[in-house]
Amino acid sequence: MTEKFDIVTAGSAATDGVAPATQRNIPHRGGAANPSATALATRFPGSVLRTDVVWGETTVMVARADVLAIMQWLHDEPSERYDYLSDVTAVEYRDFDQPIEVVWHLRSLPFRRFLRVKTQLEKNKELEVASVWGIWKAADWMERECYDMFGIRFTGHPDLRRILMWEQYKEGYPLRKDFPLRGRFSRAEQLRQALSQNPEAKYSMEELSIADAFEDLPEEMRKRLGAGERTGE
Amino acid sequence: MGLATRPETRSVSYEPQSQEGWVTTRLDFLVNWGRANSLWPMPFGTACCAIEFMATAASRFDLARFGMERMSFSPRQADVLICAGRVPFKLAPIIRRIWQQMPQPKWAISMGACASSGGMFDNYAVVQGIDTIIPVDVYVPGCPPRPEGLIYGIRMLQEKVMNERGSDSRLRDEMVPDPSSQLYIPPSAIDELSEPFGNSVHQNRSAP
Repeated sequence: MTEKFDIVTAGSAATDGVAPATQRNIPHRGGAANPSATALATRFPGSVLRTDVVWGETTVMVARADVLAIMQWLHDEPSERYDYLSDVTAVEYRDFDQPIEVVWHLRSLPFRRFLRVKTQLEKNKELEVASVWGIWKAADWMERECYDMFGIRFTGHPDLRRILMWEQYKEGYPLRKDFPLRGRFSRAEQLRQALSQNPEAKYSMEELSIADAFEDLPEEMRKRLGAGERTGE
Repeated sequence: MGLATRPETRSVSYEPQSQEGWVTTRLDFLVNWGRANSLWPMPFGTACCAIEFMATAASRFDLARFGMERMSFSPRQADVLICAGRVPFKLAPIIRRIWQQMPQPKWAISMGACASSGGMFDNYAVVQGIDTIIPVDVYVPGCPPRPEGLIYGIRMLQEKVMNERGSDSRLRDEMVPDPSSQLYIPPSAIDELSEPFGNSVHQNRSAP
């Protein structure tokens, strides 16, 4: 019988065989940096722009062009093994001239490390960054949410469409600073557009729960569904 | 407790000059009595109000005392839609479809501030009151309402049901949307969505 999953014990790959304990008495700034940050700066000189340590958490600012290579290296390198992507999100600052930052939260379970990787996207250019979906499948929905809320395009994502708002949503990207709190359209127009969405558009009848009862459906309905007819208005 | 006393509605008075005869009013009373005391709720719980709703249905407050012991999780066997919680725009077509799947007679309770008016969520994502989508009979205020509040709203709905008259032709009128509008769903689509329905294979939702 083949193992379906690799079982990783947290901290099992630490050098001295002892799992790193939770740090205590952490200074606000200038604590001990994650060793991965130093290794990253050695491996990719010029791509690592800045390293900050705040409350014991290390943030690495990297160049946008090298995001994918850095992530791949962090994932594959035997001395890093960042096998868990816990978040992909973005930050926009109130100062309009400041670029939008995309943030990845990485976790290395074997080494019990946490690393925050950031990159900056200039606002006056195309908001595009490489997708890490090929490395961590967990990036799928998080990148979709980031695209939905900020309009950042993740190149290489297999299915980049809105996830929280419906797909025909036309008002823009709600978490951007220039987005008005109540949206851009009138309430009546918002409701009209919301009601005209088809929530089942991406699913065929077979995929919905009716699939369980498919065999019990009338003959002609089964025939129509088998021919690919969609539900909805 | 500061609540206004309302007139007694469960007794039927017979006025000879009235157009409604004694038999029809007694029949109305019987039908309404049956309906009011066996309202089956369709819980549409999206937020914290649903927690209070669960508490209402649980043993301490015991909704079964008012004939609501059966939560109807299928809209096709439900009488009352209880919308408990905020409704985002993405859910708007879904709650509307649930309402359309419910057979007449049907009523709706909007539970809590968010369902009634959008509440504190005056933003781009939340419907400002479900009465912009479906007709609502009783609004229960509160954030969230206490179970007593919901029970009071249900009692008000029961009174409303008791006051219905079968001779009122406008009672079950549903708005017929203009086929050119986005609100329109053709009867064939409604029938397909709502079958099987009731005890008869010939019964469907789009029938007048």
